[in-house]
Amino acid sequence: MAAVNDVVIKIATVNGTGSASANGLLRKSIFRMGVPVVGKNYFPSNIQGLPTWYEIRVTGDGYHARSNRVDVMVAMNAQTYARDMAEVVPGGWLIYDSTWPRSALLNRDDISVIGIPLSRMCNERFDGARARILMKNIAYVGAIAALLDIDLDVITALLEETFAAKEHLIASNMEAIRLGHDYAREHFACPLPVHVERMDATKGHIVIDGNTAAGLGCVYAGATVGAWYPITPSTSLMDAFRTYCSKYRVDPETEKRTYCIIQAEDELAAIGMVLGANWVGARSFTPTSGPGISLMSEFIGFAYYAEIPAVIFNVQRTGPSTGMPTRTQQCDIVSCAYASHGDTMHVLLFPADPAECFYMAPLAFDLSERLQTPIMVLSDLDIGMNDWMVPELEWDENYVPDRGKVLGAEELEQMDKFYRYLDVDGDGITYRTLPGEHPKGAYFTRGSGHSKLGGYTEDSDEYQEVVDRLLVKWETARNMVPEAEIRYSKFNKAAILTYGSGDGACKEALDRLEARNIGLNYCRVKAFPFTEAVRSFIEQHEVVYVVEQNRDAQFRTLLINDIDADQNKLVPLLHYNGMPINAGFVVEKVLEEIAKGRAA
Amino acid sequence: MTYIAKPRVSHPGLPKNELGLTSRDYEGAVSTLCAGCGHDSVTAAIIQAVFELNVEPHMLAKMSGIGCSSKTPAYFVSQSHGFNSVHGRMPSVTTGANAGNRDLMYIGVSGDGDSLSIGVGQFVHAIRRNLNMCYVIENNGVYGLTKGQFSASADIGSLPKKGMPNQQEPIDPVSTALSLGATYIARSFSGDKEQLVPLLKGALLHSGFSLVDIISPCVTFNDHEGSTKSYAHTREFYHHVVNIDYVHPSEEIKAAYAEGEAMPIHLHGGDTIVLRKVDEGYDPTSRASAFKFLRDRFNAGEITTGLLYVNESREEMHELMHNADTPLSKLKFEDLNPGAAELEKLQRRFR
Repeated sequence: MAAVNDVVIKIATVNGTGSASANGLLRKSIFRMGVPVVGKNYFPSNIQGLPTWYEIRVTGDGYHARSNRVDVMVAMNAQTYARDMAEVVPGGWLIYDSTWPRSALLNRDDISVIGIPLSRMCNERFDGARARILMKNIAYVGAIAALLDIDLDVITALLEETFAAKEHLIASNMEAIRLGHDYAREHFACPLPVHVERMDATKGHIVIDGNTAAGLGCVYAGATVGAWYPITPSTSLMDAFRTYCSKYRVDPETEKRTYCIIQAEDELAAIGMVLGANWVGARSFTPTSGPGISLMSEFIGFAYYAEIPAVIFNVQRTGPSTGMPTRTQQCDIVSCAYASHGDTMHVLLFPADPAECFYMAPLAFDLSERLQTPIMVLSDLDIGMNDWMVPELEWDENYVPDRGKVLGAEELEQMDKFYRYLDVDGDGITYRTLPGEHPKGAYFTRGSGHSKLGGYTEDSDEYQEVVDRLLVKWETARNMVPEAEIRYSKFNKAAILTYGSGDGACKEALDRLEARNIGLNYCRVKAFPFTEAVRSFIEQHEVVYVVEQNRDAQFRTLLINDIDADQNKLVPLLHYNGMPINAGFVVEKVLEEIAKGRAA
Repeated sequence: MTYIAKPRVSHPGLPKNELGLTSRDYEGAVSTLCAGCGHDSVTAAIIQAVFELNVEPHMLAKMSGIGCSSKTPAYFVSQSHGFNSVHGRMPSVTTGANAGNRDLMYIGVSGDGDSLSIGVGQFVHAIRRNLNMCYVIENNGVYGLTKGQFSASADIGSLPKKGMPNQQEPIDPVSTALSLGATYIARSFSGDKEQLVPLLKGALLHSGFSLVDIISPCVTFNDHEGSTKSYAHTREFYHHVVNIDYVHPSEEIKAAYAEGEAMPIHLHGGDTIVLRKVDEGYDPTSRASAFKFLRDRFNAGEITTGLLYVNESREEMHELMHNADTPLSKLKFEDLNPGAAELEKLQRRFR
């Protein structure tokens, strides 16, 4: 086995031991060498003491998904040693802390084992239990640097940046790097056949997680009120919003804030606050995950019917119920699309990576204010909490927020009478007013039956007129949401359709299939309701593999329900074990289907 | 909910307030509650209070949840925005609205079912935040719209129209609010407008969370003999401890208020209320003694009313959070967006 810039390193540690910063240092060093990387965190729902893994995929080809193999395992956790060793690809390498003897029972003759006495070296050089543990992590980075040929100057520069304010830490960290590095050099043939070489493929790119990007996107969108209840894996979204607000939204003189973050008592309250704030005209959002959507559903239906803007980020995790809170899935598609009792439908956006999390934040606010309805951005744990290489984020200075149809005091003054739910333009969207503007703008917001004039009603015709108008608005939404990404290969009757975090694995799979002379067309949907382009794409093909990360083919259900797609064409390819989807899975499933006779 | 428009005929001689509006301008649609419902008296008291306070109708926001009480915002100040939300969730909507626009005056009208059962979580957390709002509970001890089930404020031993007496401990919104640090706590009776109107005025002007718990009998399901929330029972065991007068900023506070029996309290907005003690043993500025007094009188079967606690020194939500004076909803986008150059700069740490 020999490969340059195509290697997967997996580091097994114990959570709460500070390995995250060491792993970040390693990932960043490779990125700084101009080589694309993917960083995935597989962590427990726990604070300290349970197994956790960080996986770095070095991908010279610039792929985004995880790879379904491990070339180099860094087994730092005795608890998981056996399974970690079993995971290494034949011909791969296992690095372990040789301070303590390995069990002779655990061995494989098809991999190479590299023992480095990390604990012993660090115990000799550093004082204090905490420092020794932290430095042991840094020392394995040094060893990997030697084995994979990672430039020490790059690591040094990164440490200098990180510890600019604590200079003494630069020296001790460098010392730990050296310990691991020099030991590996002295005792093993470095570099390994799989290693890293400088490239120039990361210029103009950053590595960021989706929650940070989405939180930043909310700042740029001009959001002022964030209400939330902490829930994994969405918490870091509000953390990011807070970080950037404290940087950009605090008056340096008065120290007054132009943002308001409220940690609600539960998700029921969080969404209520979002509705209240949007009702008075402040851009307001809430980040949550599946269980939060369940709790918010009553208010989401209210907002649909009373027509109040709201932006909800659902960073999906594995369900049902509490499920696996630190594992990923795309399992809230149906529950979000039709959240709440009664006839309700909601506009959904599906970001495929952190960059889209950023750009879809202002888009979500624009759509929610234009359409006066909740918009849900369906990210997931894989996008939200993992490290993705994406093109540097850009901001268009010409952007003007779309605040939708809002009548101001002057317009109201000139009106004879204002009616809240009267469709004067035929697009299903009615004018709204904000409290505090003008007495003529007053109306009664209610979730009970109302007529187009805004009054309470129990009259069948009056009721039906309003809910039918909401269907007109739904069609308006269909023409406003972002268009799907569609790619045609050679003449072909078969295609892959996916959304969100399925994008990376599917694109990589398309390349691999192409190499086998199987050229499939591709459609990556970005929003619900589905556009005309999505409908005709499906119509054009005989077979459409719908790749998604849930058990019940929820997206396929939406396609059948919303655009009457022919269910016989839609072949579900489902990955739902909680791990991010990988290209190997897609390739394997497509080949299986082809073998079954659904010829491509 | 009403759908009956009220005729707009008013007597030319009706008195006008400083805005040139008459009390009729503060009315709403015709009530569809039962004849004699205590809630309609509360509505009338709210109309009088905001009329006399010269509140600009469009600067008032009327918030509610679900239930008979929650219908009432449709029956006052039709020139104000109203938000009839979902059951028990009025506090969260009001919190968000207030977060977005701190310049509005918020009045939330809730009931004992809405606030003490399904919405008890939101009720207590709005208090903890010291949300600047006037929170009215129209408290009748029963669920009206679903036809007479006990609510969480029903007293032990209180009889329903049919069936067994209530055996569960009641939740008293006043002592709950007191324990959570609410900064203006009053209790009154829908049948005592003279006491209620000044209490509502003080509550509307108070900066921070003000609770006005109003015994408001349900004539249809809880006004019979054996009920502790009936008109008759409330009148019999009703006990004023502190009444208040509202003093307009332009009025001088009269020296006639002798120390010990009257106490002026200066509100944030420049207004003043004067407390007049009816019961000398009561101190409305001490949480500890208020607690003991309320408990003792409750055990004696009395319904203590008046301004039961007031604390003007604690900061409300925005002040606690150091939020901008300008409502967040009024800020210009340019002042909220850090711009392209800054985005470029901040991404260096992601490389």
